[in-house]
Amino acid sequence: MSVTITINDAVKKYGNNTIITDLSLGIKEGEFFTLLGPSGCGKTTLLRMIAGFNSIEGGDFFFNDVRINDMDPVKRNIGMVFQNYAIFPNLTVEKNVAFGLKNRKLSKEEIASKTDQFLKLMKIEEYRDRMPERLSGGQQQRVALARALAITPDVLLMDEPLSNLDAKLRVEMRTVIKEIQNTVGITTVYVTHDQEEAMAVSDRIAVMNEGDIQQIGTPKDLYQRPANLFVSTFIGRTNILKSRLEVKEGNAYIILPGNHKILLETLLEEEKKPQEIILSIRPEELFVQEAGKEGVKAVIDDAIFLGLNTHYFVHFEDGEKAEIIQESQIDSILEKGSTISLGIKTYKINVFDKDGKRNLIKGVKNDLDLYNGAK
Amino acid sequence: MVNGKSKNRDVWKLVSLLVIAMYGLLLIYPLCRLLKEAVIVNGHFSLEGFATFFGQSYYVKSILNSLKVSVSATVISLVIGVPLAYFYQMYEIKGKSLLQVLIILCSMSAPFIGAYSWIVLLGRNGIFTQILSKIGIHVGSIYGFNGILLVLSLQLFPLVFLYLCGALKNIDNSLLEASVNMGCSGIKMFLKVVIPLCMPTIIAASLLVFMRAFADFGTPLLIGEGYKTFPVIIYDAYFAETGGDHTFGAAVSVIGIVLTAGIFLFQNWVSNRHHFTMNAMHTIERKQAHGIKGVLIHLYCWLVVALSFMPQIYVIYSSFQKTSGKLFVKGYSLDSYKFAFTHLKKAIPNTFIIGLLALAIVIILAILIAYLVVRRSNGMNKVIDTFSMIPYIIPGSVIGIALVLSFSKRPFLLSGTMAIMIIALVIRRIPYTIRSSVAVLQQIPISIEEAAISLGSSKMKTFFTITVPMMGNGIISGAILSWVTIITELSTAVILYNARTITLTLAVYTYVSRGSYGIAAAYATILTLTTILSLLIYMKVTGNKEVTL
Repeated sequence: MSVTITINDAVKKYGNNTIITDLSLGIKEGEFFTLLGPSGCGKTTLLRMIAGFNSIEGGDFFFNDVRINDMDPVKRNIGMVFQNYAIFPNLTVEKNVAFGLKNRKLSKEEIASKTDQFLKLMKIEEYRDRMPERLSGGQQQRVALARALAITPDVLLMDEPLSNLDAKLRVEMRTVIKEIQNTVGITTVYVTHDQEEAMAVSDRIAVMNEGDIQQIGTPKDLYQRPANLFVSTFIGRTNILKSRLEVKEGNAYIILPGNHKILLETLLEEEKKPQEIILSIRPEELFVQEAGKEGVKAVIDDAIFLGLNTHYFVHFEDGEKAEIIQESQIDSILEKGSTISLGIKTYKINVFDKDGKRNLIKGVKNDLDLYNGAK
Repeated sequence: MVNGKSKNRDVWKLVSLLVIAMYGLLLIYPLCRLLKEAVIVNGHFSLEGFATFFGQSYYVKSILNSLKVSVSATVISLVIGVPLAYFYQMYEIKGKSLLQVLIILCSMSAPFIGAYSWIVLLGRNGIFTQILSKIGIHVGSIYGFNGILLVLSLQLFPLVFLYLCGALKNIDNSLLEASVNMGCSGIKMFLKVVIPLCMPTIIAASLLVFMRAFADFGTPLLIGEGYKTFPVIIYDAYFAETGGDHTFGAAVSVIGIVLTAGIFLFQNWVSNRHHFTMNAMHTIERKQAHGIKGVLIHLYCWLVVALSFMPQIYVIYSSFQKTSGKLFVKGYSLDSYKFAFTHLKKAIPNTFIIGLLALAIVIILAILIAYLVVRRSNGMNKVIDTFSMIPYIIPGSVIGIALVLSFSKRPFLLSGTMAIMIIALVIRRIPYTIRSSVAVLQQIPISIEEAAISLGSSKMKTFFTITVPMMGNGIISGAILSWVTIITELSTAVILYNARTITLTLAVYTYVSRGSYGIAAAYATILTLTTILSLLIYMKVTGNKEVTL
């Protein structure tokens, strides 16, 4: 039922304007795959090329072994959930869900039982006779999902389905979406610009920027070992510091503000040479040293207490600023203006070349290499 | 502060009272007068007029004829107009701006001009009739039902087109994509998704087309020959009794009101059952139509428009033809225009004076009423809202008769004056302008007015310096369309006019009915040019090429 999706060297042009150049990826059967990126990065464009609503200017799109480039969207057997749900306002909830089934010329009993099944699955049975305008955003979302799944599609496509919901409902609905996808086990392509949402639902994520995929990997891969500077800043929060590498007796050291040297053991062997680098240190990878211990000197500019964590905003001796997240302590919050000494969880931090194009740390996984290598 | 507030509230209350008084005097009183005339004969209650009407199959048949004509014209207008709007919004049609302008022009001309040109083109001695008979094709008679249907359908499908274009613009592209996604595309999608989504608009457009077809009397008068429709009966009944009592004419008018009100309520009931709202985030993108499909789409659009615009072209052409007496002869001249400018000299200035005065009053009243209805909703203003919509469903000739009955004697001696023409036009046109003003006002958030008031502007000052300017563009565009319909209005004016208050439209009508087609064509051409000019100004003002009603 479910399919693998393979895209080789996809090209999208609007007139002379090339939006996507030479993009390749593969999506596994039953996988929850997310296209993540800032607005205008081409993620929705790519999704609509899969759906058949955008023309394909180059490359090949496959569902299993079937090339779908020229296949009519009607025949692709795709379930799609739109950003604004696209629920027919003139049909009741039940009729919306049954719409696709009716087009398949199924028997009346089959239509009724399938409709019931998905109304139940999405927990919207009680609203079956309601008109869409009398539904809340979350309920409309459920109708859209039920309608898309009822036709037992090979692929489920979702275009920013949660962006019209309020923050609380968004969290609730993403759990629902993830659960349903697990239950149905359908290959799913999900588009979002919200990295937290992407992390919450996805098996794997493709981070896109300006029409190119930057990295494909699990949420953990992307967060802990981003392939480049863009991915490290787009996924989660991080402090970016310019720095340089020094090598002494076969050991690499990074130079921190105040000429503080720290041994870096995770560096790739071939990169162990003096060079300009960019450090990406996440706020939780910095910690306040106990009194007396040596560390990077910093002055606290501000502190925000958020319950579980306390965020400190500091500046270093050279004026560079950074954010630190500490688990909140029962005793008092550190005073503004006080000088602290910072420690670094060096095994966690990431180091990029001076252009931010490559991660110089061991253990970076980028599935993109698989697909680009495959051609 | 408290004093100022209550004073301002009094101002709006005063406006409400004045508007109600105006409607009472100019609409409700005439309608009551009409009813009284219909049931009181020589000071006694009598249903004589109604008995006469229902006693003769000739009269009863006119109702059936009218219903037949109106239903058929509505169906055909939908059949032509809905696909046209669909193609226009879904595909890139070559020359689409021109196409739209022509479609609007078709809807803006007076229907009887179309009737008259079709007689010339396809009548007994028509140009096409003769050409076609030479090559052995005999077209059926275009007099009677067929002719009325042809003229009304070609005249009224543009309304369906304009309404539907508006509705299609409100359909979100993703709805169509969702449909394709679930296996429903092409013609199936058109029938199962697009048409149902447009249903509320289709129902509204149907009512409008039906009412126009039902109330039109110029067309059946010219091309109907023996085929009498209801408005013709009203007109005949009125003029047969001029000077005498108006019992029969009034009775027929009352029957007319009951009929149209019934149809309106039926439409209301149907449309309430189909009510839903749409709001497009991404409107439908026009696609290129390729191959044979593209050719057929272009052919359909341009053939329909060519067919319906042909009468106008012919009228303009024939205005330059040489005439001898009432007949056209070989050669061209400007004699028809010379005659037109030397006779009925008042027609052109009258058109502008009456039209502009009516327009000014329509705009001011519509803004005030829209404000009362939207921002000061209370019992009294709901009554105003209802009153203002009454003329929408009453045939123009009935309003004409009601006004004549009410204002032909002292103390309200107005008949034969420009004032009564203006009153009639204002009453007839105002429902449309109120609707558009209400729509504009509803889109202006009240918080903007509240902001002005919180910054120390009085409510009245806020209304004039903030609200009215913000409504400005919407009002101007609505007003220009009203202006075009005002200058082509016939059915009310024909009952109220005399030699001093004749307008261009009436001049065309007069000369067509006298058989002086050359002169009629000259007047009609002047009217058409005025219409075109107005539309061009409209497009300039609104800055787009899309006209929505």
